[in-house]
Amino acid sequence: MGKYVIKRLLLLIPILLGVSFIIFTIMNMIPGDVASLVLGDNAPLSARQELTRELGLDKPFWLRYVDYVWNAVHGNFGLSYRTRTPVFTEIFSRFPTTMKLAAGAMLLSVAIGVPLGILSAVKQYSALDVINSVTAMFFSSIPAFWLGLLSILLFALKLGWLPSNGADTMKSFILPIVTLALPGAAEILRLTRSTMLEVIRQDYIRTARAKGASSMVVIWKHALKNALLPVITVAGMHFGALLGGSVITESVFAMPGVGTLAIDAIRSKDTPQVMAAVLMLAALFCIIMLIVDLLYAFIDPRIRSRYSK
Amino acid sequence: MSERDKNAAVKRNSPAREIWRRFKKNKAAMLGLGIFSVMVLLAVFADVICDYDTQVIAQDVANRLKAPSPDHWFGTDAYGRDIFARVVHGARISIIIGLAATVGSVCISGILGSIAGYYGGRIDNAIMRVLDTFLAIPGELLAMAIVASLGPSMTNLLIAVTIARIPPFTRVIRSSILTVIDQDYIESAIASGARDSYIIVKHILPNAMGPIIIQATMGVGRMILTAAGMSFIGMGVQPPLPEWGSMLAEGRDFMRYSPYITLFPGLAIILTSLALNLLGDGLRDALDPKLKN
Repeated sequence: MGKYVIKRLLLLIPILLGVSFIIFTIMNMIPGDVASLVLGDNAPLSARQELTRELGLDKPFWLRYVDYVWNAVHGNFGLSYRTRTPVFTEIFSRFPTTMKLAAGAMLLSVAIGVPLGILSAVKQYSALDVINSVTAMFFSSIPAFWLGLLSILLFALKLGWLPSNGADTMKSFILPIVTLALPGAAEILRLTRSTMLEVIRQDYIRTARAKGASSMVVIWKHALKNALLPVITVAGMHFGALLGGSVITESVFAMPGVGTLAIDAIRSKDTPQVMAAVLMLAALFCIIMLIVDLLYAFIDPRIRSRYSK
Repeated sequence: MSERDKNAAVKRNSPAREIWRRFKKNKAAMLGLGIFSVMVLLAVFADVICDYDTQVIAQDVANRLKAPSPDHWFGTDAYGRDIFARVVHGARISIIIGLAATVGSVCISGILGSIAGYYGGRIDNAIMRVLDTFLAIPGELLAMAIVASLGPSMTNLLIAVTIARIPPFTRVIRSSILTVIDQDYIESAIASGARDSYIIVKHILPNAMGPIIIQATMGVGRMILTAAGMSFIGMGVQPPLPEWGSMLAEGRDFMRYSPYITLFPGLAIILTSLALNLLGDGLRDALDPKLKN
């Protein structure tokens, strides 16, 4: 098990190298002169040239990339072109917002999706199942940002119950979290329902019923444990995707998160800032996926035994 | 009935026909197909329904921010343009992006996934590791960086969402190819000396098609959502083109008093992606009856 974890963590190195190369290349292709973007088009030529030299942008692409990796390996991810502060200062000040959003949305979508999915499967073809399925289908087709706009319209502008933007109080997280959680909840509901339906047809469930276990015990103890595996994968992937993929929702609610930071940095060709944000999100995504795999082993003894071989 | 007629009768019941027969019975899926067909027809005949230059692009400030009325079914936007006309022409942009990006990414993923799945070993490893790297980058940020580097436009948005969807599609295609590769008929094809490309195209892909078709159908809806989201934050189709996402962005400032500017393009997005999801669900049930609960 320990060996496996180490192997997976070592795999992070080539993946992050690859990610850094891809993003560095794309950022290099973005048109525009960094010095003009930072100092403005009207700045004197000499000042712009000096800044270009200072940032090392007069060197060829390959050299700059190797320099970047060399410095990054030594823990130096550089200064943001725009703010001239270490890139991680800005990221760490914004990370809690993104984390709260992603974790809140993930937990809420599991809290809604799993119980409703189980109910749907246990009472298949009942009115409840039909309502659940139709609602889930509807919410998985809605663009989150539109849901966000409408919820701002209703709860912030018309009713005035909740703030429409910012990240100052817990209250301002309610609308964005709900907005992000509903499509996820729909997906988890559908998945829980279908895996649960598959599981309750298995022989061991019939055996459990035959030996006289109450249906509560059969569903919660025997069936749920087995049906949860795929749900955990999807919830984990969802969490990883939410960390990096709530950019649009963050911008709808004007929340100062890592996503909006990355997109602003992309717009102003702030390569060190983009690199640091994307590398951190990519590393987090890989680690979350590793945790998901380990959770599998924790839940399913069959998988656990495979690791120890 | 003679033996020959019986054989003919069996033959007529081709797999496609059988799938269609099962698909037809699914009311939700037929509804999805119906809605999507209407959307496609709107897109194709957009010019017949509303004139592009006078209704979609030309501004008419005297008539700005009008509520829905018999003259303007969906009202008018901040520049006095008819929202109904813009939504209809927007169908053209969104559906082209959705279909083209899906076809593009499925083709590229098809080639990559077939090679990885069929040859296995080192080639498989190399392809999958590169794709894992792409998968680790948040898809939206990757697409936005690509759009930024190429410049925001419809074509570049199309390229960006296509690239962003290649890694997940390739995974699906590879794994569905791995399920057929062990079959006896593949072994006998190899033994009979058929070329690799022939085996992949003639024997493997047709048998591995099911999951690919389902993913592709749902993928169209997803692409439309992504493209709309990117246009919404200004990293996609640029105004004055009537893209649904950028229409939402334009209506944002007027939401309080003229909510219909954001309402109708949003409904159009939902309806299209709902139709594609229903269609995909129905196809899944029809293609693989075992999966149906």
